[in-house]
Amino acid sequence: MREPQRLVLDPPDPHPLYQTRLGVVSGVVFFVLLLLLLRLWQLQVVEGEAFRALSENNRIRLKRTPPLRGVIYDRHGRVLVDNRPAFNVVLVPEDTPDVRASLAALSRYMVENVTFTDGVLPRDPRRPAYEGVVIAKDVTWSTLAAVEAHQFDIPGVSVEVSTKRYYPAGALAAHLLGYVGEVSPRELARLPGYRMGDLIGKFGLERRMESYLRGKGGGQQIEVDALGKRLRVLGEVEARAGKSLVLSLDRELQQKAEEALAGHEGALVVLDVWTGEVLALASRPGFDPNVFARGIRTQEWHALLSDPLRPLNNRAIQGQYPPGSTFKVIMAVAALEKGVVTPATRFFCGGGLPFGGRVFRCWKKGGHGSVDLRQAIAQSCDVYFYQVGQRLGITAIAEYARLFGLGRPTGIDLDHEASGIIPDPAWKKSRLGAPWYAGETLSVVIGQGYVTATPLQMAVAAAAVANGGTVYRPHVVKRVLSDEGDTILAFQPEVISETGVKAHTLRLIREGMVDVVNGPRGTGKKAQLADIVVAGKTGTSQVIAGTRGKGTALPRQYRDHAWFIAFAPADAPQVAVACLLEHAGQGGGAAAAPVVREVLDAYFNITLGEKRGSHAVRQEAHLAF
Amino acid sequence: MRFDRRLISHFDWILLLLILALLCVGVLAVYSATYDAGERVSPWALRQISWVVLGLVGMVAAFAVDYRRLEHWVYPLYGVSLFLLLLVPICGSFGGGARRWIDLGFFSLQPSELAKVALLLVLARYFHTSAPPQGYGMRELLYPVCLFVLPAGLVLAEPNLGTAIILGLIFLSLVFTAGIRLSTLGAATVVGVGVLPLLWQHMKPYQRERVLSFLHPDADPLGTGYHMIQSKITVGSGMLWGKGFLQGTQNRLDFLPEKHTDFVFAVLAEEWGFVGAVTVLVLYGALLARLLSIAWKARDQFGALLAVGAASVVFWQVFINIGMNLGILPVVGVPLPLLSYGGSSLLTMMVTLGLALNVSTRRFLF
Repeated sequence: MREPQRLVLDPPDPHPLYQTRLGVVSGVVFFVLLLLLLRLWQLQVVEGEAFRALSENNRIRLKRTPPLRGVIYDRHGRVLVDNRPAFNVVLVPEDTPDVRASLAALSRYMVENVTFTDGVLPRDPRRPAYEGVVIAKDVTWSTLAAVEAHQFDIPGVSVEVSTKRYYPAGALAAHLLGYVGEVSPRELARLPGYRMGDLIGKFGLERRMESYLRGKGGGQQIEVDALGKRLRVLGEVEARAGKSLVLSLDRELQQKAEEALAGHEGALVVLDVWTGEVLALASRPGFDPNVFARGIRTQEWHALLSDPLRPLNNRAIQGQYPPGSTFKVIMAVAALEKGVVTPATRFFCGGGLPFGGRVFRCWKKGGHGSVDLRQAIAQSCDVYFYQVGQRLGITAIAEYARLFGLGRPTGIDLDHEASGIIPDPAWKKSRLGAPWYAGETLSVVIGQGYVTATPLQMAVAAAAVANGGTVYRPHVVKRVLSDEGDTILAFQPEVISETGVKAHTLRLIREGMVDVVNGPRGTGKKAQLADIVVAGKTGTSQVIAGTRGKGTALPRQYRDHAWFIAFAPADAPQVAVACLLEHAGQGGGAAAAPVVREVLDAYFNITLGEKRGSHAVRQEAHLAF
Repeated sequence: MRFDRRLISHFDWILLLLILALLCVGVLAVYSATYDAGERVSPWALRQISWVVLGLVGMVAAFAVDYRRLEHWVYPLYGVSLFLLLLVPICGSFGGGARRWIDLGFFSLQPSELAKVALLLVLARYFHTSAPPQGYGMRELLYPVCLFVLPAGLVLAEPNLGTAIILGLIFLSLVFTAGIRLSTLGAATVVGVGVLPLLWQHMKPYQRERVLSFLHPDADPLGTGYHMIQSKITVGSGMLWGKGFLQGTQNRLDFLPEKHTDFVFAVLAEEWGFVGAVTVLVLYGALLARLLSIAWKARDQFGALLAVGAASVVFWQVFINIGMNLGILPVVGVPLPLLSYGGSSLLTMMVTLGLALNVSTRRFLF
């Protein structure tokens, strides 16, 4: 198909306006090319000699100074993360007539047994001219002294001061503080302003607060003579230190929490119930971030990654476990608020409840007899809550669990937080493609089945019960300090939601929780403190069906998890705690309650010490608060 | 379809020769800029040759079909280019803190480069089909402004200031030659000057730094200020005759960033000196003169605008890139036409020039 075409013998005359403009355009083009030509003449012919001289000696060099990373303090100004000087032996191949001879001479002065790989010798195409190659990192003082003293014997070799990230307390709060490492090619492509070899936060707060902690690198543009000696500084940009962080964490309490967890795998979180501040956040097993700071070896990295206990996992925010009977606290709130029971309602527990053709068992084989809500909480009666669950229905259960912050990340200022699962028919339909069965509701109401939560989420929920029903966003960073030490950013408590639960309801729940710890038949009596009333709730969550109470006879991966959530003092709450012991093989009351007791005891000792005006704990303080 | 023998007799051999000459210079310059004594052949130069081959295929394709038939394909092409630009923030790959590429496995496509041809075609068609006798005023320009703002905004968001500027300059060049009213031009200039501070506010910090370091080279002696000084040393040290092929010391010692792409001219000027650099300038001058004469002699306005558009793409990139290499313009990422390493930019350039060949050869055909 060809279109009919007009018969044109000669090209038509262009529009006159058009010709004028083409003329203008040609003029502009000619003028600009002439300009470029004149500039070339100026650079290459007029000033060419001078530029040739500059280029022949490569006289202008850049020396970069990396920024000092911000320090991290605990709530009392005690240092959690710092920097320390490290000395590197550096070789500038262009500055020595014989690289091999220099290296041979160097090896005589070094204490460290360094084998110089051949990779150092040929020029790495990515290394800019006159930039040093690091021969040995973080050398000892004796090497430093020897190399400095024999400078003349080893041309091209010098010692360079750098800084290393330093975690004075080793593994303390390692999951929360995180670690740093060299920027990866992936990060390099994604983030502007980083160059190869720069440090970047990889995990925990080091990663989350990278933009504050990092600071801004500086450097000098230096003119040097033909021998590489510096003649003068042509331009300089001072490095700007990163911002420092003040955390809500209490180092001493964190220490106690980790000690209390010793011998277990698990996590423990302590929150201020009125602000959501994290006072302690521990996860076991842990790791020493100093290993990353000095440059982790491949072997060590693989060992950490392949450890079946997964020490790099922050169980407090990443671990998702069935909450077991600790979930009953929220179910009790739902039952009262929805009016399916009153404080006086009693159900009979004979050790099980037949439902849908099978018997749902209570943890106590002989049964609890006739119990009301307060007793059901104190003794953690499953049958009572099966009754509640039947009356509430899964939708109301899910509604209240979400009201207390479960089923979604709490929004703590740490990365990789897990959301947990609050199941309902819609969730099951979309995830598993199956309808909801009424029997599953009975599992959920006692914190089993599909429902999971992180220890942090359970601490947030416990704090909400303690403070009258306000869900706070938990946070670790209290303030950001400028390099002069002034507060430039302060994080205020942030309310995620008000549950709107009646004060009366919460009072009843708290009474039940007080009985858990202090009542004659309470399940968590091991959390009792001498002079402070603790309110709590135990939980024992099954990992696989039908193993409840089998204890340590089972292989580790099948053993029950032990939970304990608490707040204290019961009448005027200050802190909420959630503790989870992975595969403890014992119930929450036997295994987790004593851990929480230890931590609460430490907390009240610390605060009492502060109140008495004993400033002993603050002696280490590095900042004036 | 019968082959028309006049396609050979009227073929614009001069334009083709100029293009091939510049391509050869480019391959040599890329070879030198990425030369490493340890390796036998620079893989970059080999890849550049494969881009040249790909570009020649693109050029033949752009030449083969009568450009007047292309008019019907203009809007679909423009749509495809917008679609690709939209894909960039969704599945683009990162580099240097920006998302500019779509990874096709064998080839990383840069949709912002393709947007140059698409914009050029769509504007040429628009100005060809609607030509008000008194020239274009504000009202008539509203539609072409939209055609320009869509791709330019997406490119700017990547962020890719260099290409966005080039798109803007292509637009202005076409609007000017197509016949904007002088009063409208004056008013637009005034508005433009007023908008400048607003643009400044929306620039990324690193873009601002670049402009500032251009205005005050001392302000950032470590970053772009350093690059500018090194670039001037590189060019200047070439002197009259240059240091010789593969002999550039500035080049060898990696004092320049992006020396095979944005700073390839400096490498060339160092090794071939003033004589070589001027030769390249003369080649560009001849290429531009040829393109403008094609515009002058084109048999219809669509063809003429295509040629003007091609000339504007070449001209502005030459000006901005060489100006940057010579330290008279700020450092923005704009490749040097036919010389800089890069598949997308080379392909785009050669397709554009293929269109000009098309217009030139078919000016006597009917």
